[in-house]
Amino acid sequence: MTTMSSDGHSRRDFLFIATGTVAAVGGAATLVPLVAQMNPDASTIAAGAPIEVDLTPITEGQAIKVFWRGKPIYISHRTKKEIEEAQKVSLADLPDPQTDAQRVKKGHDQWLVLVGICTHLGCIPIAHQGDYDGFFCPCHGSQYDTSGRIRRGPAPLNLAVPPYEFVSDSKIKIG
Amino acid sequence: MSGNTSNHQGWPYNLKTEAGEPYVIPQYEPQNGVLRWIESRLPIGGLLFGTAVSFPTPRNLNYWWTFGGILSFMLVVQIITGIVLVMHFTPHVDMAFNSVEAIMRDVNYGWLLRYLHANGASMFFVAVYIHMFRGMYYGSYKAPREILWILGVIIYLLMMATGFLGYTLPWGQMSFWGATVITNFFSAIPIVGESVVTWLWGGYGIGNPTLQRFFSLHYLLPFVIAGVVILHIWALHVVGQNNPTGVEPRTVKDVVPFTPYATVKDMFFMCVFCVVFAWFAFYIPNYLGHPDNYIPANPGVTPTHIVPEWYYLPFYAILRSIPDKLAGVCALFGSILLLAFLPWLDTSKVKSATYRPLYRQFFWIFVATCFVLGWLGSKPAEGGYVLASRVLTAWYFIHLLVVLPILGFVETPKALPNSISESVLKKGSVAALVALVIGLAATFGMTNSASAQDHAPNPPAVKWSFSGPFGKYDRGQLQRGFKVYREVCQACHSLSLVSFRNLAEKGGPEFSIAQAEAVAAEYKVKAEPDDNGDVNDRPARLADRFPAPFANEQAARASNGGAYPPDMSVLAKARGYERGFPLFIADIFTQYQEGGPDYLVAVLTGYENPPAGFKLPSASSFYNKYFPGHAIGMPKPLSDGQVEYGDGAPATVDQYSKDVTAFLMWAAEPHLEARKRLGLQVLAFLIILSGLLYFTKKKVWNDVHA
Repeated sequence: MTTMSSDGHSRRDFLFIATGTVAAVGGAATLVPLVAQMNPDASTIAAGAPIEVDLTPITEGQAIKVFWRGKPIYISHRTKKEIEEAQKVSLADLPDPQTDAQRVKKGHDQWLVLVGICTHLGCIPIAHQGDYDGFFCPCHGSQYDTSGRIRRGPAPLNLAVPPYEFVSDSKIKIG
Repeated sequence: MSGNTSNHQGWPYNLKTEAGEPYVIPQYEPQNGVLRWIESRLPIGGLLFGTAVSFPTPRNLNYWWTFGGILSFMLVVQIITGIVLVMHFTPHVDMAFNSVEAIMRDVNYGWLLRYLHANGASMFFVAVYIHMFRGMYYGSYKAPREILWILGVIIYLLMMATGFLGYTLPWGQMSFWGATVITNFFSAIPIVGESVVTWLWGGYGIGNPTLQRFFSLHYLLPFVIAGVVILHIWALHVVGQNNPTGVEPRTVKDVVPFTPYATVKDMFFMCVFCVVFAWFAFYIPNYLGHPDNYIPANPGVTPTHIVPEWYYLPFYAILRSIPDKLAGVCALFGSILLLAFLPWLDTSKVKSATYRPLYRQFFWIFVATCFVLGWLGSKPAEGGYVLASRVLTAWYFIHLLVVLPILGFVETPKALPNSISESVLKKGSVAALVALVIGLAATFGMTNSASAQDHAPNPPAVKWSFSGPFGKYDRGQLQRGFKVYREVCQACHSLSLVSFRNLAEKGGPEFSIAQAEAVAAEYKVKAEPDDNGDVNDRPARLADRFPAPFANEQAARASNGGAYPPDMSVLAKARGYERGFPLFIADIFTQYQEGGPDYLVAVLTGYENPPAGFKLPSASSFYNKYFPGHAIGMPKPLSDGQVEYGDGAPATVDQYSKDVTAFLMWAAEPHLEARKRLGLQVLAFLIILSGLLYFTKKKVWNDVHA
């Protein structure tokens, strides 16, 4: 069989490297659409637009669940007792230290808005249960207080507060 | 590898060295301890080395031999794009069509993946036909390559089945009626035919069970194909490749190692092939499809002219040429199965047509027969077309069953060269390649020439801003067109696949978000049930789709004199007209894709008084010069001055028609601008890479040709 001779090595090497490089760049570029197609599509993103929730029907001591971007959002109308409990906890006792004020909107202490997804492995904690009067995750026993902060169990972080704002005193916009 | 070295002496051709000693093909030598450790447990390195590196390949292979590699590449492209499409497709009769449209509109690069997959199927068949005709021309099916050839015929059959199953999945009109016609082939079986068809359908007609099983099988078959391809390649590596002389390699002077020689040559031509592929996928992605398949499947209405995909057309012509149902179906399947018997039907001992003067002529007549049969398959089954189909069908079988066996006995072949390295081949292959590519292109176009139009005149060509490789929508025109839609069309026609957010997206009318929100707020859509379970209306939001003007089809018909105003979301792609020869060939190069828009403008402006002697079928129909059959259910929708434009564009029917049609084209193809832009980048890249690969190939082959 024919074998390649060794003359003109450098010019040939340059050509081979250039061709290989261009082909590799093209091959890498084809990965872009193949990867991008798995990201949320335009309709999913559009459906994730902010939602407005009317707070008037939620009575004191009641917690409701709404859905935003497919996630359960707890809106809890806290009682005086719950607010006090949340405020008086010493930060030193918290695995993920945060004051209650950092977790509610100023002047709206009674409204606690949380992403109802346990920071351990994604189950939905049950409201008004557990030793801290807050949320109890039935999957692996994580316990959250009346501010949604982690107090005991395997979850590493406090329940997340979604982006939201008060449109009026009785209406919030989540997202 | 160490275990079977003896098999590789001179394998696959019993090659000798120049001194006449048995030639031992170089073996894989693991470069380090780890590789040696693996190799002694799983000799995969040796397998790959023997298959793709040291494998001796005849030094005189021409570019026709690159199509095997191209086919493997296309199989991979189809499997990858297909698996990705499945992530977004819903195999349900109520959702399949819309899920495909969601891929086209919403999924990131979804339009690209679908167009690659749909056009990839056609490219796969282009390559397989070239590959098959090459095998026939050079007698590649002859001993010792009979099983290699038969495996190829099996792959081809599987490809046809896979292509058919895939075409049903978008659940358009052609999907549905193609599935109906093809499954009905089996009803020709005596006695049990009807039961077999019911079994295939999983019902009393094509329905959801049919779609789901077709989807499952469409996913399965490509992997079966991949399996048979492995057998095909295995058989190839046992018997070695044929070559243009048909004389088996004898000494090492006749061969070169697969890598780098065949590898780089295959890669170069694969890249050239991709240029053609990209041209179709990015610039004329619907050229090979049927406008009818952008109409959702309707079990109550058969399209006026059912045509299969272009790659089935010759066999479709054979089917229709025979006036008996069972015989027709037998002829169709027989015409394909006979190919498996070619090794025995062809009695000549000489392989290559290069040395068979008579066979060479018959070969080209056979190729022409297949092409013309393909063209006939796209024509209505009437008059001279039927007669021509019968003559050519007869010839197809005569060629295989009579001419080939006899030729071997009566033909005097030319003297064969002693060896490959002695042979001096004429380089006619490039011209022949070009001829075949043009021929194939011509066959493609026939699919488009098939929509029956009842002799309506061709619509005049409108100059569109979005035509051609650099085409872009005219924003002002889209905004005006949207105004026409809202003030006129919307009263009867829905736009159900378009969302309000689309109005503000790039590449469309590009209203501001605030404008789009304001438009949305003017529409009412159903809200979620409230706490009492009541469903109320709420103003639409950006994420909502345009609500339909009627609650259902019955309500629409009741308000429109019995006619059902079609949804307008993909209307501009769901209409077209017969281009005719030779325009349809030129369309490939001019990138003409505006048959739908031209037709829509023609219909909107084509209202006239009926000519003397023309009787409208009912009082609720109207004469239209361009509508098929001329009697249209829609009264003349536009009149001068009806819609007020704020931008100084003329308030005429002509202008309204063009504007609303441009808007509908955008509604049907919202990513057209992104497609053409990316197409330009991809083409530029492929041309540069082809050039580089060409020079690389020249350098690599320099020593062989010297």
